[in-house]
Amino acid sequence: MKAPAFAYLRPVSIAEAVAALAEGAGGARILAGGQSLVPMLNLRVAFAETLVDIGAIADLRAVSDEGETVLIGAGVTHATLEDGASGDHWCGMLAFVARDIAYRAVRNRGTLGGSLCHADPAADWPVAMMALGATVQLAGPDGERALASEDFSVDVFTTALEEDEMLTGIRLPKLSPSARWSYRKMRKKAGAFGEAIAAVVHDPARGFTRVVAGSSAVGGPCRLEALEGAVASGSLAAEATIRAALAEREPDLDRYEMQIHATCLRRAMKEVSS
Amino acid sequence: MTTLSLTVNGEPVRAEIDPRLSLADFLRENLALKGTHLGCEHGACGACTVVVDDMPMRSCITLAASCEGVRVTTVEGFDDDPVVTRLRQAFRDEHALQCGYCTPGMLATARDIVLRHDRPDTEQIRAELAGCICRCTGYRGIVRAIARVIETKSQATAAKAGTT
Ligand SMILES: Cc1cc2nc3c(=O)[nH]c(=O)nc-3n(C[C@H](O)[C@H](O)[C@H](O)COP(=O)(O)OP(=O)(O)OC[C@H]3O[C@@H](n4cnc5c(N)ncnc54)[C@H](O)[C@@H]3O)c2cc1C
Ligand code: FES
Ligand code: FES
Repeated sequence: MKAPAFAYLRPVSIAEAVAALAEGAGGARILAGGQSLVPMLNLRVAFAETLVDIGAIADLRAVSDEGETVLIGAGVTHATLEDGASGDHWCGMLAFVARDIAYRAVRNRGTLGGSLCHADPAADWPVAMMALGATVQLAGPDGERALASEDFSVDVFTTALEEDEMLTGIRLPKLSPSARWSYRKMRKKAGAFGEAIAAVVHDPARGFTRVVAGSSAVGGPCRLEALEGAVASGSLAAEATIRAALAEREPDLDRYEMQIHATCLRRAMKEVSS
Repeated sequence: MTTLSLTVNGEPVRAEIDPRLSLADFLRENLALKGTHLGCEHGACGACTVVVDDMPMRSCITLAASCEGVRVTTVEGFDDDPVVTRLRQAFRDEHALQCGYCTPGMLATARDIVLRHDRPDTEQIRAELAGCICRCTGYRGIVRAIARVIETKSQATAAKAGTT
């Protein structure tokens, strides 16, 4: 199938893109890599009167080292992060996560910002970014605002973005060299979306520990704070504790779903503690 | 309508296009470059993979309008590409194609694998190829063909290192 007709704009600055969104009054949408939006337009499950293509905005591809944090432009592609071309302050975690998203041809266009805004519950970046304690930088007609990734991610395919706002960058705290992380995903084949994802980050030097699960079954990225204490203290959480934390988030998991999510979490927590 | 100018297989191209036109349809319908094949039209099968600014991309889920100023190479433009020349021979020797429907996308993908990897094992080649579906061959010939081209590349690099 082909998409219904839409108008097309190609702004060269963030200010122009924000103005185009405001002018579109709800009918305008951002186009980044198009790796989710174009198939959805073609399948006619998503619609736009105007596409605002942000591919020509150089500022969105910038990566700036801010000392304790790094601001990664929303338009940085999965492939750039896979190749570590933007520098590595996360002990290899970004490259590891990127390498297993879709296929290289998709990673060459798909962007970090597009993945977060699309908010597919089974997507990788929303889980990894929450585990690293990212904040997102949004721009709208009234200026900029920043949100913690937990507050940005509202529900399945739903974020805190207003109709006239766009994501401009992702601010990530650097990990200490002694930090440990694990990222586990169960999927049917290389490049397919995960059926269960677990991300664990433990950075004792910064007093930072996060345990995050994600998938369609659990409705997108979710912090499992009940499991973070065990990781922080270097002990292994009991299987029953892992299952209880998952059941509290999503009471309707069937036995298979519970099994694969609990297994990913157990392996990830063990890897970080070992 | 929107105006588009880009380079396709080394030739400058200018066109007035409907913004919803995909790069694949632009290549096939507007430029009659039918070597770019369409299987799934949503990014999953790899048949439509072309090289954009030296990177493989899915032409079915890339809007032509987004390709302002880029260089596109399709299977028709690979004649003088040194890596693809070796891949063509290896595909022939290893029986890496039967009907040929997947082959244009396989070549664009295989070229990228050869250029980005020095010593991949079979598992890595298979993982890199996971986004390209072939209904005929069973993949073994394709994997062998790519491995063979990488091997000759590593030998060439080793020989060069040995002489310095
Ligand atoms: C075959 C295939 C397999 C895939 N497998 C995986 C996988 O295993 N794991 C995974 O995580 N993903 C996977 N994906 C999705 C892929 O990662 C997409 O690239 C990503 O979800 C969207 O990024 P994009 O830049 O292409 O965004 P687009 O498709 O351009 O946009 C997606 C949505 O976000 C909005 N948007 C984009 N950027 C912004 C912005 N800066 N501000 C505001 N709104 C914005 C758009 O309006 C749209 O609604 C797969 C995709 C394909 C085609
Ligand atoms: S036709 Fe483009 S990936 Fe299948
Ligand atoms: S050779 Fe027929 S699909 Fe691959």
